[in-house]
Amino acid sequence: MRAPDSESKTRVGDVLLAVEDVSLAFGGVKAISGVSFDIRQGEIRAIIGPNGAGKTSMLNVINGFYHPQQGRITFKGATRAKMRPYEAAAGGIARTFQNVALFRGMSALDNIMAGRTLKMNRSLIWQLLRFGPAMREEVEHRRFVEEIIDFLKIQEIRRTPVGRLPYGLQKRVELGRALAMEPELLLLDEPMAGMNLEEKEDMSRFILDVNDYYGTTIALIEHDMGVVMDLSDRVVVLDHGIKIADGTPAEVMKDQAVIDAYLGVSH
Amino acid sequence: MFYREAGQFKTSYTADMSVFPILQDRVGLAIILIVAVAIIPFFGSGFLLQAVMTPFLVFALATIGLNLLTGYTGLLSLGTGAFMGVGAYACYKLTTYFPDVNLIVWIIVSGFFSAAVGVLFGLPSLRIKGFYLAVATLAAQFFLSWCFIRQPWFYNYNVSGAIEVPTRTLFGIPITGATSSDATRYFIVLGFVIAMTWLASNLVHGRIGRMWMAVRDMDLAAELIGIRLLRTKLLAFAISSFYCGVAGALMVFMWYGSAEPSVFDVNLSFYILFMVIIGGLGSLTGSFFGAALIYILPILLRYVPAEFGMPIQSSTVEHIQYMVIGALIVFFLIVEPAGLARLWQVGKQKLRVWPFPY
Amino acid sequence: MDLLYKVFLDPFVQMGTAPDLLVQTLWDGLVAGVLYSLIALGFVLIFKASGVFNFAQGIMVVFAALTLVGLHEKGVPAYLALAITLAVMFGLAVGVERLMLRPLVNQPDIILFMATFGLTYFLIGFGELVFGGNPKVMIASELGLPKGAVDINFAGGFVSLQKIDIAAAIIASLMVAALAVFFQKTRIGRALRAVADSHKAALSVGISLNQIWVIVWFAAGVVALATGIMWGARSEVSFALQIIALKALPVLILGGFTSIPGAIVGGLIIGIGEKVGEFYWGPLLGSGIETWLAYVIALVFLLFRPQGLFGEKIIERI
Repeated sequence: MRAPDSESKTRVGDVLLAVEDVSLAFGGVKAISGVSFDIRQGEIRAIIGPNGAGKTSMLNVINGFYHPQQGRITFKGATRAKMRPYEAAAGGIARTFQNVALFRGMSALDNIMAGRTLKMNRSLIWQLLRFGPAMREEVEHRRFVEEIIDFLKIQEIRRTPVGRLPYGLQKRVELGRALAMEPELLLLDEPMAGMNLEEKEDMSRFILDVNDYYGTTIALIEHDMGVVMDLSDRVVVLDHGIKIADGTPAEVMKDQAVIDAYLGVSH
Repeated sequence: MFYREAGQFKTSYTADMSVFPILQDRVGLAIILIVAVAIIPFFGSGFLLQAVMTPFLVFALATIGLNLLTGYTGLLSLGTGAFMGVGAYACYKLTTYFPDVNLIVWIIVSGFFSAAVGVLFGLPSLRIKGFYLAVATLAAQFFLSWCFIRQPWFYNYNVSGAIEVPTRTLFGIPITGATSSDATRYFIVLGFVIAMTWLASNLVHGRIGRMWMAVRDMDLAAELIGIRLLRTKLLAFAISSFYCGVAGALMVFMWYGSAEPSVFDVNLSFYILFMVIIGGLGSLTGSFFGAALIYILPILLRYVPAEFGMPIQSSTVEHIQYMVIGALIVFFLIVEPAGLARLWQVGKQKLRVWPFPY
Repeated sequence: MDLLYKVFLDPFVQMGTAPDLLVQTLWDGLVAGVLYSLIALGFVLIFKASGVFNFAQGIMVVFAALTLVGLHEKGVPAYLALAITLAVMFGLAVGVERLMLRPLVNQPDIILFMATFGLTYFLIGFGELVFGGNPKVMIASELGLPKGAVDINFAGGFVSLQKIDIAAAIIASLMVAALAVFFQKTRIGRALRAVADSHKAALSVGISLNQIWVIVWFAAGVVALATGIMWGARSEVSFALQIIALKALPVLILGGFTSIPGAIVGGLIIGIGEKVGEFYWGPLLGSGIETWLAYVIALVFLLFRPQGLFGEKIIERI
């Protein structure tokens, strides 16, 4: 995988997304309490923590699926309290899921094409006729989608209904669907869960390439520490809904609170 | 042997994305269209046209309508009968108020009325899903049925409470009423069905079709890729109801000639739903198969035994018909939950690789 | 103004000036509500234990009643007919489990729901083929059910209570109590609740799904038979009842699909709501609003509380 290099530091820019003092509770159960951190343009930001630390909830808050009871989120300079998921999508936030959330009845190609929905705007009338501008639009986006298919090396499964694909490939199609949205911020929820070493290496390569090639900012949740250390520029550590550490992988690794959270402490 | 796609290379995305990319499918479709347009109306008997083909096409159109909603968008509706009724009554009111405007125009316009009503009753679909939504559409069904029965304005205060189709002409040829010929009415229905099937096929193969299927397969993920759920669902309700409305108008004007309000009761909704299920959820081809099986099978049950000198009482036929339909539904769900359309696909796949198993 | 008066004031004035009529209407609603509750109860039993939304419950009511009356018509003594009908309902439960549920295990809910549509049609056809399609009279007196009415003096008028309705209410309460005990206190009841939570988990601790399904479908069949007798005694036994059986759906919406108390309360609300609505507001709209009022009540209710009266709020996870 990749050694930390100076080039990757220079491309990191301004704050793209800032989470300030966010708290989220379901009924009486606190999932996140008072967490703040930021994600900078062009970086790969990892969110780690033990099970039940509130990592997935954090992503759900960022793309508007959950509405926090308290706190602010600033994305591209605009602060908001509440946002609908489609607004997040329109704003340039894409997402993959811990348990693959593909459209199971559709082919891999259609799934990725669905990711282009926001970029397509021909009216219902043209859609009904399916020629002229509507067909040109389809073709133009198909070309874009084929690039993604080539990039992810999933050419031969284009026409396969995704329900029939093995898990590793489903994860890849899901990444493809997120990439089709041309996001500015890509949220990856355990992109490597349940993969073998080889698949993990492939997926890591794709993530780095996306970051390099498209310049996409990435926030990912991952349990494999090796992967986190190799991929990410900065890491935020959550435990029981509270932020316990934030910094470069090397700093976080040495942090006593992090070690305690992962290994347990004796009192 | 004959159904091979080897050697048919696609050199553009346009060709690759066409609805029937395989040559043999296009030939097959052309043959079906030729038979439907040039052979059946000229050589078929009045019985075939009036009692078999016209109703079959009407049901197929309604089935496509419901399939867009239930099969493609995953929204279960038990209000199809009522939406068809809205189309029929709207067309009836419009053509009695404005007899000079051509009936064909009013049939299309009545589809829009039905679409509007569909959107209204589709509004709860944002908050409720699945069975709950099915019950909500039952509210539409029973409310609208009640309107057709209890509000005399809808049937122009006729003493009978039924609507009678007046005679209307197109280019001087009567197209409805007692003086119109079976073939004329068949042609009109066929025209509507061909055009609307083509439009539906365009729609489901493009962006809107993908949006619908995304909502069906996983609505939360659909929202997170930027699909606005309410709009997408309402669009499905609108277009589905449009199809049902036109089918309802055609049903009364081109087939029944007059209609009691009970025609559009909840049983019609179930009937169309069965056609969708047996034909295959999310398949336009399947809609035709489903309509054919459920509508034409009972006709066969009635007439075939009589041909062989075994007359069965009509009430018995009706009971057996119920049992057969019920058993068929369970049978198809067990054998192939994806319906006749999937069996058709599997058959084609077998043909493609014949004589090898795969 | 006139319209507003008719909608918002006049009905209440009527209620105040003729309390006996109001009580009579409430009682009629209550009785209809008990029957709705009983059908809904059958739905809930099956839904709780197998996750199947059993559309055929309404038809099972008619089918059970029809079998009972049909057997009696063919000369079978009333109580023997009752026993045979119970056996038929058991056979139906076994048949449904063998021929429908077992091959469809692990299919999506919607497929199972559709399958019960098929069952509905099959039972309609089968019932009519065997027993004929004509409406029949329930053998209420032969089964020892009371007849006639009790008239009560009330606020200067009479309120008339049918004895059969009183019996229905009592039997319904007993049945609900028995089911509650069965669910909460017995080993099978615990297994039922386990199956309701998760098929896989229940299987893994050695609960036989097939056996459980036969038991719940049979229990639902018994509830259906009781409902059919009560209902048949008030009107007549025919498949026209299936439309009324659809009323159980709004009841379920109100009560939630998995709650037995919900089914009872929902049934009573719908029953009373539609009778009162019909009696006091119906004439304004041209009567007959009973046919859709229940659904509209449920629809409005859904918009504010999608999970039902007793259902738990679902937190969607992704």
